This record gives sequence, structure tokens and C-alpha cells, in this order.
Amino acid sequence: MGNYFQSFSGGVVFRLVLYIGEIAVLFGQTVYLCFIPPFKGERVLIQAKQIGPGSFFISALVAFFIGMIMALQMAYQMTKLSAEIYIPNVIAVSLTRELAPVLTALIVAGRVGAGITAELGSMTVTEQVEALKAFAVNPVKYLVVPRFLGLILMLPVLSIFADLIGIMGGFVICVTKLYISPALYFTMIAESLAIKDVLTGLFKTIFFGAIIALVGCHQGLNVRSGAEGVGRATTISVVASFILIIMVDCLFTTLFYFVLHV
Amino acid sequence: MHKSFGQHVILNDLNLTIKEGETKVVIGRSGTGKSVLLKNIIGILRPDAGSIKINGAEVTTLNERDYNKIRMQMGMVFQGGALFDSMNVAENVAFVLDEFMSVDKKTVQAKVERCLGMVGLSGIEEMMPSELSGGMRKRVSLARVLCMEPRIIFYDEPTTGVDPITSDVINNLIVDLRQKLKVTSIVVTHDMNSAYKVADHIVMLYHGQVVAEGTPREIQSTKHPVVKQFINGEAKGPITENENLIFGYTD
Repeated sequence: MGNYFQSFSGGVVFRLVLYIGEIAVLFGQTVYLCFIPPFKGERVLIQAKQIGPGSFFISALVAFFIGMIMALQMAYQMTKLSAEIYIPNVIAVSLTRELAPVLTALIVAGRVGAGITAELGSMTVTEQVEALKAFAVNPVKYLVVPRFLGLILMLPVLSIFADLIGIMGGFVICVTKLYISPALYFTMIAESLAIKDVLTGLFKTIFFGAIIALVGCHQGLNVRSGAEGVGRATTISVVASFILIIMVDCLFTTLFYFVLHV
Repeated sequence: MHKSFGQHVILNDLNLTIKEGETKVVIGRSGTGKSVLLKNIIGILRPDAGSIKINGAEVTTLNERDYNKIRMQMGMVFQGGALFDSMNVAENVAFVLDEFMSVDKKTVQAKVERCLGMVGLSGIEEMMPSELSGGMRKRVSLARVLCMEPRIIFYDEPTTGVDPITSDVINNLIVDLRQKLKVTSIVVTHDMNSAYKVADHIVMLYHGQVVAEGTPREIQSTKHPVVKQFINGEAKGPITENENLIFGYTD
């Protein structure tokens, strides 16, 4: 049993390291090709349009409810300490540093990442990716670069909106149920929220965007065995993106707290 | 040339010469490496060992950038067409022009119309690939290749999955293009009617090697047991002696 566990966990670790290595290679190729002509800005815009406006409603809705839920959960504890007045501070800081960037990234990974894998997977199994190569077009340049740039541009934008809308969700509960005046709510936030809180959150979203694009494209370009393979790759894409986003978030949060002290 | 996937040897010291301007048809059973051969020549795959020379120049050692210069002289019609789903027919046909050449819209439009006209599909510029039949997809795919003005065209199973009349239309196109444009063509197929109609020379692949080569007339009159079984479409013979192709049948 011990040996089995050892070999099983060893295999999982080996596959994880191999997978992260493949993603790192794709990352290197993608960044390199970002600086190699021809530059087709309109392709990035098309991707940005699909990613940003398409994901706005769902990420805004989730952020709004998360803001409300946070206010209610805080109220449950803070009223015992007669410290309701600090609820806006906690909502604003938690949302901007952590919740809005991570939740937005997870939503986009589910919606956009899965879509990228399904699209590129279908292109792979119907020989469209091979057709690109036959026409002397690099598939990474043509397919991965615009999605990569689109995501690292749009995820911070979505995250800013999620910050604002989440704060408004908290506002609704604080003003209507906790009897904090609107002016006091925003004054408390202005006093507690620092620029670095917003920037650390946004900084992370650039990496989350890169993870979603690279994992989605890597899975799509490596699909085997037809429709079943596309389905399997799409599932793996979402799961891998979720895990990597949480891992990278933990890494950055640790780095910010213990090393950079921000 | 040698190519294998893992333990599975696909092309085993294969030797093949294609002369400029000729149409060479490669026949063989499914899975004998016909498509792999084309993909190795165009550089989608790279051989494990051996040499590929195009116009006398060795290409197996080229990097992607230099290979791309060679690829611009070649076009491939894929088995399923491989049209880009997100683009309409006109955008598909104009793909190479849009990607590599700074050509004004009117010139592109005129060229797209001409290429579609050459494959007998004028007026379908706005249609999406999903709205096309299998035969139309293959012809649009050919029009896309023609837009590149290639010197070499590869056809991967051009008549598979289309009705006999469309099949003959495609065969006529291959013959016409050879006569009008003087292109070199390599056609992979297991459709013998198509092979006899379009080929200057036919080669048969078996176990990763060329087992027979000749004009259509020579292939039709061959005594080679493997080729005879294949071209006559017989279930029994040397190719299938270790296979049980008929349900419950034992010899």
C-alpha cells in the first residue's frame, strides 16, 4: 500500500512538473512571438472584445453578491463587538486584494478558458492547425498570442469593475440593513483602502490571465482522439487553470506579505 | 526516409522521386502512411532519418523560418478541407493573401472570384464552411491553395467521402490544373478510378515502403500479388492473409 502510494504520488508529481514545464515552454514561445512581426492588433481586439464584454455581466453579478455576502458575514461577527463601522474597510480591502481578482479569474477560466480549449481542440482535430502550418503560419503566433494578450489586457479591467461592483454590493447591505450612512461607508473605505491594495490585486490578474490563456491553448493544441478528446481537454483545462490560479495567488500573497511587506 | 510514432514504424526507408510537372498518385491501404508522407514533405512532420530534397535543396535540416519560404511554393488540400470555421469562404480563400501580402481589397476580391471560378464555385463567397457539402469544402480548399499560386500541390484523399459525380469533377480539376498551370501534384488516394484518371505515375505503399511504381496502364497489368489484390479490391490475398476480415470466416 505504501509503495503504491509512493509510486502514485511520484507519478502525479512527475506529471505536474512535466505539465508546468510544457506550459513554461509555451509561455516562452508566446512572449517571444509577441515581439516578432507581423503585428496584427485587430486579432487582439477581437479576442479582447470576446473576453471582456462577454464576461462582464457574470463577473459583475458574482462580485455584487460576494460584496453583499461579505457584508452579511462581517455583520454576524462585528455586531457582537459593536464594530459594524469597520465592515466597509474589510469589504474593500478583501475584495481589491484578493476576492475580486481571484473570483474574476476563476469565472473567466470557466467561461473563456474552456471556450479557448474547445475552439482550438476542434481546430486541431479537423486539421485546421495543420493547415496553418502548411500555409507557413505559426499556430502559436496566430492562435495563442492574440488570446494571451487579450486575456492579460482584459482580466485587470474586469477585476477593476469587480472591485467597484463588489464594494457596491457591500454598500447595499451596509446602508439598508446595518444603518451605516452612504457618506460614512465611502469615507471608511477611502480611509482604509490604499493604492497598493488595488495594485497588488491587479498585478496578480495579469498572471491569472496568462495562466488561463496558456492552459486553454496548450490543452486545445494537444487534443487527440476527436470529440471525446476535445471534451476531456476542456475539462482538464478548467481544472488545471483553477488549480494554477489558486497556487499562483497563494505564492503572490505570501510574497507580498512576507517579502515585499505590501 | 524513415518515420515512426513510438514503436510503430510508418515509413520504412521509403524512396520516392517526383518529377517537376508530373502528377504522382500514392495508393495504399488506410494507415500505410500516405498522409504521413505528405505531411513530411510539407514539413508539418519531420522524418526521423533520411533526406527530402525539393528542387534539389535538402529541407529536413531547415529551421521553420527557412522551411516557410519553401512552403510558400506548396499547397495542400486536406482530407476534410480543413477550412477555417470562423471565416467565410472568401476569407478562407484569401487567407494567404491577407496573411502575407499587402494587397488592396479589390485585388483580393478579384483573385478570390477567379480562384473560386476555377473550381466551379462562383458566388459562394459569403457562405460559411458549415453550410458547404463535403465536395464543396474540398473544392474551396483547392481554391484556397490556388490563391497561393503554388508550384506543388498535395491532395490528401481528394475524392474520399464525395459522390461519384463530384469525385469526377474533382478529378477533372486536378487534370486541368496540371495542364493549365503546369503544377507538380502528389495525390494520396485509395480510390482507383481517381488514381487511373489523374496519374502520370502511380506508386503503391505497403509496410512503409514503395512496392510498385508505374504508369496507370502498368499498374493495371501488374503481376505483383500485393498490388493486384489492392487495385482489384479483393478481401483475400497477401495483404490480408493474417487478418480475419470476414465475420466468422476461417479459411
